[in-house]
Amino acid sequence: MKSLEELAAIREKMANKMALRENAGEIRIVVGMATCGISAGARPVLNTFVEEVANQGLSSKATVTQTGCIGICQFEPVVEVFEPGKEKVTYVKMNPEKARRVVEEHIKNGRTVSEYTIGNNQ
Amino acid sequence: MKELSLNILDIAQNSLTAKSTLVEILLEETDETLRITVRDNGCGMSEDMVRRVTDPFCTSRTTRKVGLGIPFFKLAAEQTGGRLELESVSQDVSPENHGTVISGLFYKNHLDFTPLGDVVSTVCTLIQGCGGVDIVFRHTMPNGEVETDTREIRAMLGDIPLSEPEILMWIRGNLEEQYAEVNH
Repeated sequence: MKSLEELAAIREKMANKMALRENAGEIRIVVGMATCGISAGARPVLNTFVEEVANQGLSSKATVTQTGCIGICQFEPVVEVFEPGKEKVTYVKMNPEKARRVVEEHIKNGRTVSEYTIGNNQ
Repeated sequence: MKELSLNILDIAQNSLTAKSTLVEILLEETDETLRITVRDNGCGMSEDMVRRVTDPFCTSRTTRKVGLGIPFFKLAAEQTGGRLELESVSQDVSPENHGTVISGLFYKNHLDFTPLGDVVSTVCTLIQGCGGVDIVFRHTMPNGEVETDTREIRAMLGDIPLSEPEILMWIRGNLEEQYAEVNH
């Protein structure tokens, strides 16, 4: 059972990690979660990012957040990646498979997956 | 929307941006019906807005957080022979007691009933993006109940945010186990 005791154990583990996380330089993964995004499949994309970041131990490096409609509904699900000192990367028509590749190549290894970017999908 | 759980996500997102401190998602299921209620204590809507909000063509871009979401939800309910109910008290009218309740009644055996789908993902997504807002989720079914309350989880976590992936995975696992027990 996923009990509250288990949650307490996670808390203890996290408390140490949180202290190390104060350093800046975080990557932000922002998923569009308005009506347009949700109906195009943004929920599994968001959840894949959350899972992959947790499973690959990247939570000190990247955070996953949600935003509303950014005005390019025809390209939903849209994901923006913000990295300090770099230009924003906009990934379009995302799905869980593509999300896993973005985590692997972009978040982990710093290489933009250019075939998923808006520039290559117009 | 392919699943009602996606409509729930969409409707509840409005509550999160309406300066609420508590958003409740209540699912009440019988053998024939499903009632989905999203209740918040946010800023509420004016009477004029309440009238217009179910009409997709009346929504102006300045109200950007309310667009096609409610019309989609209404359609999904009405196409099963059910209905949408919407009540809202604006904070301008009642500074003490304001908020919005949106409730959809669905007939589950109707041909055009949209399946509920992955409601656990919806709850996890909402908690991931809720910031400081608390979320209560309760799904009552003929043979049991599934429930989560972020106030209890926060009390346990202290200052660790709910949006931490490890915490979200625990919440997901907890909900899945509750559902497994009900469906046992």
